[in-house]
Amino acid sequence: MKLLTANFISCPVRTCKTSPTSFPLHFKDCELACDPDGNPYSRETLLGVLPRLEWDALRTSAGELGFTELPVEKPEGEVVGEEVLRRIWELLVQTHVVTGKMVCGNCAYEFGIQSGIANFLLPGHLV
Amino acid sequence: MLPTPTTAHLTFTHIYNPSEDTYLLLDTLSSPSQTTFLSQHFPPHTPTPFVLEIGSGSGIITSFITSHALTIFSRPDLLLLTTDISHHASLATPTTVLHNPPPPNCSSGLFLDSLTTDLSSPMRRGVVDVLIFNPPYVPTDTIPFTSSTAFSNLSTRSSFDEESYYLELTYAGGEDGMGTTNRLLEGLDETLSPRGVLYLLLCAQNKPEQVAERLRTGGYGGDGSGGPLWKVEKVGSSGLRAGWEVLGIWRVWR
Ligand SMILES: C[S@@+](CC[C@H](N)C(=O)[O-])C[C@H]1O[C@@H](n2cnc3c(N)ncnc32)[C@H](O)[C@@H]1O
Ligand SMILES: [Zn+2]
Repeated sequence: MKLLTANFISCPVRTCKTSPTSFPLHFKDCELACDPDGNPYSRETLLGVLPRLEWDALRTSAGELGFTELPVEKPEGEVVGEEVLRRIWELLVQTHVVTGKMVCGNCAYEFGIQSGIANFLLPGHLV
Repeated sequence: MLPTPTTAHLTFTHIYNPSEDTYLLLDTLSSPSQTTFLSQHFPPHTPTPFVLEIGSGSGIITSFITSHALTIFSRPDLLLLTTDISHHASLATPTTVLHNPPPPNCSSGLFLDSLTTDLSSPMRRGVVDVLIFNPPYVPTDTIPFTSSTAFSNLSTRSSFDEESYYLELTYAGGEDGMGTTNRLLEGLDETLSPRGVLYLLLCAQNKPEQVAERLRTGGYGGDGSGGPLWKVEKVGSSGLRAGWEVLGIWRVWR
C-alpha cells in the first residue's frame, strides 16, 4: 500500500467516522519496499494531487514509517523546486508498505496489510 | 472504440469473469457523451479527480480507465483506487492494471491500491469524485455473510464450498437484487465529493426506474428527514429482449 493511499482513508467502523482520531490510521510494524520503476514521476499529477492532501496527516504517516524530512508547510504553487517534488513523489507513490498494520486511534482496531493489500473487513459484531 | 484490457493472466475460479455487464460499463464510460460530460465536469487545472471502483473483481474496468485516462477525462492526472469484499479480487486487480499499460507515448492515470473491504467503508468522507459499481445484482433469497469471521471460517470448508461462496458474492443481490446496492445508495452522500458522480449498473429486475425516482426525491439517506435530491440519468443500456432492456448504466450526481 502506498503512503498516498493512507491520506484518503480512515477507520471503517461506523462510530469512528466522526472521530478526528480515526484519521490518519497509524502504521505499525511495517515492512517497506521501493519501486522506482513502477510509477514514473509526473509533475502534472503531483501538482494536481497536492491541493487534495491533508498535509499534517501525511507528515504523521510518513514519520511512522521513518521518513521525517517532509517540510512543515505544504509546498504549493508552480514555484516549488523540482528536487522537492521528486522526493515527495518517491515517498508518496514509489514507497509501498508490503506487510504491516494500520491502527485506529479511536477504537484501537488493527487492520492488516499483506502482500501490499490492506484488509478492512470487520468482525461480525462491528459490521 | 478503445481496446478492451487483457485478463489472460487470470484464472476465474474465484473472481468474476468479465461479462456483458462489464463491457457495457467500458463502452459507456468511453462513449462520446460520457467523455464529454467527464471532461467538462472535471475541467483542467481543477484538483486531480479521485476515482473509486467498488467490487473491482478482475480489475478490468479500473485498468481500462487507468490506461485511457487521457481519452476518457481529457487529462492524464487521475487517482484510482479499488475495493472488493474478496481478497482474490484485491490481488487480481493490481496485476490487471500492470498487464495493461497505456498506449505508447501516453501517460496513464495513477492507480493507487486495491483494498479488501465492504463497499467504500474506509474512505474518508467526501473524497470520491467518480464512483463506479457493477454490483451483485441478481435477485436472491439471501446475501452471504461477509464479516472477517465469515472469511476465516472458509478455510475449514471444502474448496468446492469456497469457490461457490466467492461466486455467490459476485452475483447474489438479495431482495430485488438491491440489497448491496441499496446500502451503497444510503451512504452515497457521505462518500461522494461535492462534484461527485456515480456510475451504477442496474438490471431490469432491480426496478431501475423506481430506484431512479427514489434518488431524485430524497428517498435515500437523511435519517427519514429526506435525503439529498440527486440528478439521475440512464446513460447506457444493452440486452434488448422483446423491448425490455436488461442492463442499464445510471449516472447519479448532485
Ligand atoms: C458483478 S461482479 C463485477 C466485477 C468487475 N467489476 C466486473 O465488472 O467485471 C461484482 C463484484 O463485487 C464484489 N462485491 C460483492 N459484494 C461486495 C461488497 N459488499 N463490497 C465490495 N465488493 C463487493 C464481488 O466480489 C465482485 O467482485
Ligand atoms: Zn476505529
